[in-house]
Amino acid sequence: MARPRAADVLGRVTLVTGPEEFLAERTVRTVIDAVRTADAEADVTQVDGAELGSGAFSELTSPSLFSTSRVVVVRQVQDAPEEPVAGLLRYAESPDDDLALVVVHPGGQKGRGVVDKLRKIGVVEVKSETPKQYELPRFVTAEVQAEGGSIGEEAAAALVDAIGPDLRALSAAGGQLTHDSGGEPITVDVVRRYFGGRAEVKSFAVADAAIGGDPARSLEQLRWAMGNGVAPVLMTSAFASGLRALARYVSAPRGLKDNDLAREVGVPPWKLRTLRTQARGWSQTGLAAAIKAVARADAEVKGAADDADHALERMVLAVTGARTTR
Amino acid sequence: MTVENPPVGRQGVWADLVGQEPIVAVLSMAVDTASAALAGDPSVTGMSHAWLFTGPPGSGRSNAARAYAAALECERGGCGECSECRTTLAGSHPDVTLVRTEQLSIKVDEVRELVRKAAMSPTGRRWQVLVVEDADRLTEQAADALLKSVEEPAARTIWLLCAPTIEDVVPTIRSRCRMLSLRTPPPGAVAAVLTERDGVPEDVATFAARASQGHIGRARALAADEATRSRRRDVLALPSRLHDIGACVMAAAQLIEAADEEAAAIADRLDPAERAGLEQALGVGTRGVRVRGAAASLKELADQHKTRRKRFQRDALDRSLTDLMSFYRDVLMLQTGSGVVLVNEEVRRDVEAMAHRESAENTLRRIEAILECREALEGNVAPLLAVESLMLDLARPE
Repeated sequence: MARPRAADVLGRVTLVTGPEEFLAERTVRTVIDAVRTADAEADVTQVDGAELGSGAFSELTSPSLFSTSRVVVVRQVQDAPEEPVAGLLRYAESPDDDLALVVVHPGGQKGRGVVDKLRKIGVVEVKSETPKQYELPRFVTAEVQAEGGSIGEEAAAALVDAIGPDLRALSAAGGQLTHDSGGEPITVDVVRRYFGGRAEVKSFAVADAAIGGDPARSLEQLRWAMGNGVAPVLMTSAFASGLRALARYVSAPRGLKDNDLAREVGVPPWKLRTLRTQARGWSQTGLAAAIKAVARADAEVKGAADDADHALERMVLAVTGARTTR
Repeated sequence: MTVENPPVGRQGVWADLVGQEPIVAVLSMAVDTASAALAGDPSVTGMSHAWLFTGPPGSGRSNAARAYAAALECERGGCGECSECRTTLAGSHPDVTLVRTEQLSIKVDEVRELVRKAAMSPTGRRWQVLVVEDADRLTEQAADALLKSVEEPAARTIWLLCAPTIEDVVPTIRSRCRMLSLRTPPPGAVAAVLTERDGVPEDVATFAARASQGHIGRARALAADEATRSRRRDVLALPSRLHDIGACVMAAAQLIEAADEEAAAIADRLDPAERAGLEQALGVGTRGVRVRGAAASLKELADQHKTRRKRFQRDALDRSLTDLMSFYRDVLMLQTGSGVVLVNEEVRRDVEAMAHRESAENTLRRIEAILECREALEGNVAPLLAVESLMLDLARPE
């Protein structure tokens, strides 16, 4: 929702839905700000659905002696008892011109009935969906621009890598960088200076890097993952399943259609492209050696060796080393 | 008072012990000594209060222990007909406690309870016998809890422990027991039991006795069940199929899948009945007062079922590895020209082909690889990964 004006929200019901709490909160904030800008004296009441007693709703929406415009925010509407909900729906049919009502529903099945009825009445709905992983850099860019700064695509991606998918943290970091950079565009170097490290490294990223033949990157990611508390067992199982798919791929019959090939190999079709790239540079002997190394490492992290981290590092090196074995 | 003894041999409670004549002789003697001790004969010394039965899987360790327990309880030294004998063999004699587990291990709590029992006098006139059928599955703490009682049990208490080899039991327990090693029964004896007792046709009995390599339970299963035979055939076909890496990975997947299926078949038969039994006992689905902790007990049972299923899977996989091992054993027999009977006569062609193609060194390496895989599985390596590694080793031993 672009920045609304008071006229956009007063006399309306704004329904905020979706699981992303940070975005929902922000929407609520913009409504309150819009009304406050127009009328600094505006009365703002915020309640949780569970707190609504009988008659509470009409009390909330009745005119006030002290201010003309008012904002009422009902959060967690799914917890509200029946009676106030009925009052809410009646109100939504004929809203008051001096009142902005915001109803927040965090998604899920509970309270779906109220949401559907409100939709039918035709209230303004703002959805706060959790952005997909690939949308996160765009989110960072928008945040920084909103703060009056600018950030390159690469730098935004680096920031996401470093912080992870938590929107609140991303937004705060974007704001901080904008203020500290003093108007200069935020570069990758700046991001690195403030936010070293990686928030989350999946075991599959480590395996993919190793199978793709990049020992340095794989080892780096491995260290991050271990530092973040990924269980060593997950690491060996990611390697095992990666190599297993590759082993099936390289000895699958030639000339199959993609869908049949995917079934033969036992992976989803989109994975075939990765496998095709990875398969270059792997011989059968090399793969066999790699799988055996992973089996050894699996035994080691389960107690056959003293140091699981060392066992995993050796495994990464063994796998990347086996890749060139012809 | 003298106790009348029936002649020792393959009769009475000892009838189930196939091909274990030396053991039967030792145990019968021990029964005589025990009876004399009960009668108050002052010349009796050296009565053993703790025994460790060892022997390869299927040789009848726990059967031997039960038979001995029955003979101890029997007034006539193990006639096999009186109620003492019959209840002991059936596992319902009040003075004979049988401990076995379908879980992965025997926990310390269970053992403490057992030790408490060991300190009591028998309810009957003879002996209190405690049989631990899976002493190899005692956890370290559980074994420690046993030590004191095994060393100096109450006057009329006798401990009987069973394990595949003496290495499976901690040295502290081992040193406190009198050892008894059962041998692998000869195939002829196994086949004879199958035909005489189970009425299996002679050719099937001979095959089953040979293929099971003296494991009586396995021989029975092979003789009785076509699905078991077909699983075994599938396993034996594997070695000739490992021509490239994809085939190895597929073969591993197939082996694991077969083990899962076999385990599921057993577990799916047992689990629902046990669950229904417990639910009925707790009064689930009835009106009235809820039993406190009902949900917790049900959850506990579900957890037990889960570990038991895992155990079944491991056992099934272990059997497959044994079959696989027998294949390479046959190859080695041909390569060394030892002239011994093949275990897997029915795949002789494959065995011969491999014996000609490969060197004996490589066959030994493959057998070594199977042993390593066993060890890896024991160390909890992901079964699929361990078997994949094994198949790769079998395809091309280094």
